[in-house]
Amino acid sequence: MGARRIAAGGFAGLLFGLGLAVSGMMDPARVIGFLDIGRLATDGVWDPTLGFVMGGALLLTLPGFARMRREGRPLLAERFAWPTRRDIDARLVVGAALFGVGWGLVGFCPGPAVSALSSGLQPVFLFAAAMVAGMLLYRLVDRMLGGA
Amino acid sequence: MTPFDDWIAGAIGGGLIGLASLVLMGLLGRIAGISGVVGSVVEGAREGFGWRAAFVAGLILGPLLYAVIRGGEAVPVRLDVESWPILIAGGLLVGFGTRLGSGCTSGHGVCGLARLSPRSLAAVAVFFAMALVTVFVTRQMLGWGG
Repeated sequence: MGARRIAAGGFAGLLFGLGLAVSGMMDPARVIGFLDIGRLATDGVWDPTLGFVMGGALLLTLPGFARMRREGRPLLAERFAWPTRRDIDARLVVGAALFGVGWGLVGFCPGPAVSALSSGLQPVFLFAAAMVAGMLLYRLVDRMLGGA
Repeated sequence: MTPFDDWIAGAIGGGLIGLASLVLMGLLGRIAGISGVVGSVVEGAREGFGWRAAFVAGLILGPLLYAVIRGGEAVPVRLDVESWPILIAGGLLVGFGTRLGSGCTSGHGVCGLARLSPRSLAAVAVFFAMALVTVFVTRQMLGWGG
């Protein structure tokens, strides 16, 4: 069971990384090209690809998840671990806001930042190291505040 | 490549990302949220460490596999900011923010929207809005990146 679970995780990660590479979203220039809507006004340039990537993904996950929620169980686990919370609290909103600022500053969200380590570029390693530090810093702050 | 080819590649790549999310849910019953997976690995969480570490390895190997498929042509990674303080600030904000907000573009975006989760819809709206404003301020008003 353990080895099969590890293989399943590796396979899903490989597909995900392949998708990031194929879509162009591993390239911060393409992500900024989507987010920089101001350029549409100044020189008429805008890259809508990120929208097609989200659309292509949702085309599969929308019907796929709907079906899994109705019936069955995962092949290598007891049950589907669907998130259950539905409340929109301050942590969610503030966290998403901070993430959005960081995403806009550099053009990397977590998946592409990790995948782009494959390029061996020094600035990517610096960004990824800072991202990991931010995650551990959150863990520290969360513990000091007693969790929630 | 024409812009049209870029859009098609985007949709196909997005399909692969969606497929990866379905595979992870169908096999292990887990949401493919990269910030959660990476966060758990770096925190050294015992439960589920193996599959998560393998997932992260796969994320890095995927683009290398694509480069091999394309005959050795590396996948482009172009940063328009090279300043260390900005790279570090961006990384810290992405790491801290995604953990505080319980997800990123994958967990809230690809998976949460597909579950029609109100939390994920709110998170996606907020992080896209903040990213749009940040890019407008830095690239249009401050003139970063040329």
